[in-house]
Amino acid sequence: MTPTASPAGTDYLPMLIFACLLLAPMALAGLSLVNAGLGRSRSAAQALLGSVAIVSVSFIAFAGLGACFAGPGGAAAFNLAGRSWNWIGTGPVFLGHMTRSPLEEQLGVLFECLAVALAGLIPWGAGADRMRLAAGWVTAAVLGVFVFPLLAHWVWGGGWLSQLGTSFGLGAGFLDGAGAGTVHVLGGASALVVVWLTGPRRGKFPKDGLATAMPGHNAPYVLFGCVLALVGWMAFNSAGALLWLHAAPSVLAVTAVNTMLAAAGALGATLVVTWMRFGKPDASLCANGWLAGLVTSSACAALVPPAAALFVGVVMGIATPLLVEVMELALSIDDPSGAITVHLAGGLWGLLAAGIFAPQQGQLLAQLVGIATLLGVFLPLVYLVFKLLDRVVPFRVDPDGERIGLDLHELGGGAYPEFVIHRDESYR
Amino acid sequence: MKYAGLLVMPSGFFLAIAALVLFADPGRRGAFVACGLLVEGLGLAVAVRGHMLNRAGPRP
Repeated sequence: MTPTASPAGTDYLPMLIFACLLLAPMALAGLSLVNAGLGRSRSAAQALLGSVAIVSVSFIAFAGLGACFAGPGGAAAFNLAGRSWNWIGTGPVFLGHMTRSPLEEQLGVLFECLAVALAGLIPWGAGADRMRLAAGWVTAAVLGVFVFPLLAHWVWGGGWLSQLGTSFGLGAGFLDGAGAGTVHVLGGASALVVVWLTGPRRGKFPKDGLATAMPGHNAPYVLFGCVLALVGWMAFNSAGALLWLHAAPSVLAVTAVNTMLAAAGALGATLVVTWMRFGKPDASLCANGWLAGLVTSSACAALVPPAAALFVGVVMGIATPLLVEVMELALSIDDPSGAITVHLAGGLWGLLAAGIFAPQQGQLLAQLVGIATLLGVFLPLVYLVFKLLDRVVPFRVDPDGERIGLDLHELGGGAYPEFVIHRDESYR
Repeated sequence: MKYAGLLVMPSGFFLAIAALVLFADPGRRGAFVACGLLVEGLGLAVAVRGHMLNRAGPRP
């Protein structure tokens, strides 16, 4: 799925892609606000500063070294069973080839820069209220330098997953237009690893009784973040359809509509499920449902008809509150932002749905091979890398830092200095 | 236990790749890829179970 030159008569296409990519940072802003809002008030400034820093570190890491592994500029391949397996890019470091490469390739690099930042923000949300700033930076750096570029090369840079169609006759190869796998499943898997390594927040799972409810501190941040994310997702999905799926400009409107339908269907379903379960709709779970719908659209917005996009969103919307509950109550996983459900589960369901509803023969099998790669290679790889990093830069803040809040502990000042912060019941 | 689960997961991936290389028939390929995913699911379940057992120890 290497970017190619525009078809005849579509010279405006690069400008269209560029315009979309200028709106894509809205997804970063939205996710940052959601992460901060779902955390505690005493860690809000640290969460937002961490988000901005993670975006910066991701950009630098990817531009410096990651892009040479991701890009289609040069590639290394080996032969196995009579077939060539293109597994890693070999471009120059620090985007040395960028100014000489075709405009579509340059836009591909810009897309990947934004995508790697989005992937870096996902584990940061899962580690809210106990993950150190330095740990956020090193995880983002490692994701940006090697892990994301390797996957991006396989999926978008002409790697073996994108060639499943030509090599093995599996549809059009693994299709992931806007990063459901490359960004969200990878980010969700990283979130799971971060939760495993940092452990739960103090007092979350008391020795006796049920898990303690620790609601997010700012629902308006969360819900406004959802609206911003919609704009960013529409931009990502549209640009991805043109860049990686080589779709015609005529699909852009349908892609945007499908993105909205998936999010709206998911929100509606989550709203009904939480209303039925708790007697009232739950704002943070509804926000998670909305984001999960957007994540599913990353895989299938440009590939499926509107009714299918709505169906995919509704299924994810029903599953989201149930999965969040199972994670917390049954599996002892403390994920304040719901990143594992939203990004890992949502991304996997979106990729599967793209295979089910795509018209090409063999597409479902190609999607299943892609899913097997994401779970079988990248989850263990991320665990291994993060486990080693945790030895060098401990992920979890010390108990005293967690007690006073990460704002005071790491930044020396709170996000809301003129407000009285409630005493936390769990520390009495 | 968590490590055992995480070590099982790549085996599922290799099963899926072996299916592509060894079989041309879409039915067999599909069945083997599904088996690979099942193995990965089992590995993930074992890893999650390992996490839960760790949490069952002394808690803060």
